[in-house]
Amino acid sequence: MSKTTRRDFLKTTGTLAAMSTLPLSMVELAFADASRNFTFAYISDAHIQHISGTKFVRNWDRGLIRAVAETNLLVPKPEFVVFGGDLAQLGTKEELDHGAELLSKLNYKMYCVMGEHDYYLDLGEYWSKLYGPQHYSWDHRGVHFVVLNSILTYDDWTFNRWPSAAQRMLEMAGLDNPNGSPFMVGEKQREWLKADLAKVQKDTPIVVFSHSPLQKIYKGWNFWTEDADEVQAILEPYDRVNVVYGHVHQIQYNQIANISFNSVMATAWPWPYPQSYAQAEHALPKLTIPMNRADPFHERDATGWQFIDVNTGRVALRYNLYNNTSRTVAFNPKTGRPEDSLFQDPARMIDPQVHY
Amino acid sequence: MSRLSMIAALVVVLAGLVAGIDVRADEFTKADLERWQKEYMSVVEKGRALWTSPELGTNGVACAQCHPNAANTHPETYPKFQKQLGRVIALREMINWCIRQPLEGEPLKLDDPKMIAIEAYVAYERRGVAMAPGKH
Repeated sequence: MSKTTRRDFLKTTGTLAAMSTLPLSMVELAFADASRNFTFAYISDAHIQHISGTKFVRNWDRGLIRAVAETNLLVPKPEFVVFGGDLAQLGTKEELDHGAELLSKLNYKMYCVMGEHDYYLDLGEYWSKLYGPQHYSWDHRGVHFVVLNSILTYDDWTFNRWPSAAQRMLEMAGLDNPNGSPFMVGEKQREWLKADLAKVQKDTPIVVFSHSPLQKIYKGWNFWTEDADEVQAILEPYDRVNVVYGHVHQIQYNQIANISFNSVMATAWPWPYPQSYAQAEHALPKLTIPMNRADPFHERDATGWQFIDVNTGRVALRYNLYNNTSRTVAFNPKTGRPEDSLFQDPARMIDPQVHY
Repeated sequence: MSRLSMIAALVVVLAGLVAGIDVRADEFTKADLERWQKEYMSVVEKGRALWTSPELGTNGVACAQCHPNAANTHPETYPKFQKQLGRVIALREMINWCIRQPLEGEPLKLDDPKMIAIEAYVAYERRGVAMAPGKH
């Protein structure tokens, strides 16, 4: 697979092997009637970081610029792009404006998801000026898409705990900061979700985009959503539900009842798997075959973007990893869960996928 | 008294004197242990502060941005052959590499108290893991 060059990919009409050479996550939904098939691209976690004046951290800028440029070159063209949250690092107008300018180069319709780094300075006010509502849904070619703002937290933490908005943002921005607070969707949005889904047939494929995993993996780094169980209960009655999330800056996937979970890569930097923190309890899904350990000497290693299809009513993600063999994680109807196309059998795992 | 027994007596007297000074290298108290641990933890805390500081480099990027709880630093594997540098290096050289590259900062002297503090913090987060020098 890795022998295919990017140029080949850009010329072909999207065979699996060729697709996997670009560092993005593309999602594809496949239907029995192939004419209904379509793909969309997913870019996430750019963490545009302001230094001063017109200066921004070059490394993070480059990740987003590259993802946007490559997404524009995709063939077949994705029908839309999702940006999965954390456009900014500290939620400032400068960062959100600069990020929005880089994203404005995309030639496609874009849907945006709120990340905690976009939110906790002004509670999403400026982000909403740029991108509109923080939760919403739409239908596209027989698939029901939902965006949730999953990075809310307890009101007391948000409104009463910090002397300034900037302090609140800093406390939530530190992934391992014990002063942070668990993410949640919250009752208001859960009620909205119930009402939204009430109009949807049980056999309609549903794809939910959230920033945090709508499952509980490791609370210490907020690889976690406090009310994940309640959200899952709302989604469970539907036959084919997919949750696609950012935040974790790594490949994760899981199956819980009818719900498939897939994470997307960051364009900024990779994060360790929770098992790399020796002092912590964690629950990385057993199903997940980790991405390769990152090589810090390759600035873009273990970052990337993805394109996705929903052709089976389940998402199939092609992870395009800049300095690494690309990966495909797709739902296997025989086993009823997402699986890596190459590495799912433990005997086929390679040494760089062992994290410790 | 033979000469030999005189020497023996002298040794006994000297040993008694030394004991009387009340400093014995092989004895320490609970209070000592507590003080030493406190000293160590105060340096660990300085290390944690540096690890999360936007001031360590020049571009506001902090170590903890990529390495929450100092994870994925593997202090137990150093010294090791760092393939990208082509030689065996100590952890502190890798710390300096990160200060120079992603943090766009000036490297620390290898015995800078800040460097010792960072190493103390990284090791603390990795406590309990078996030594594995050279492991990749």
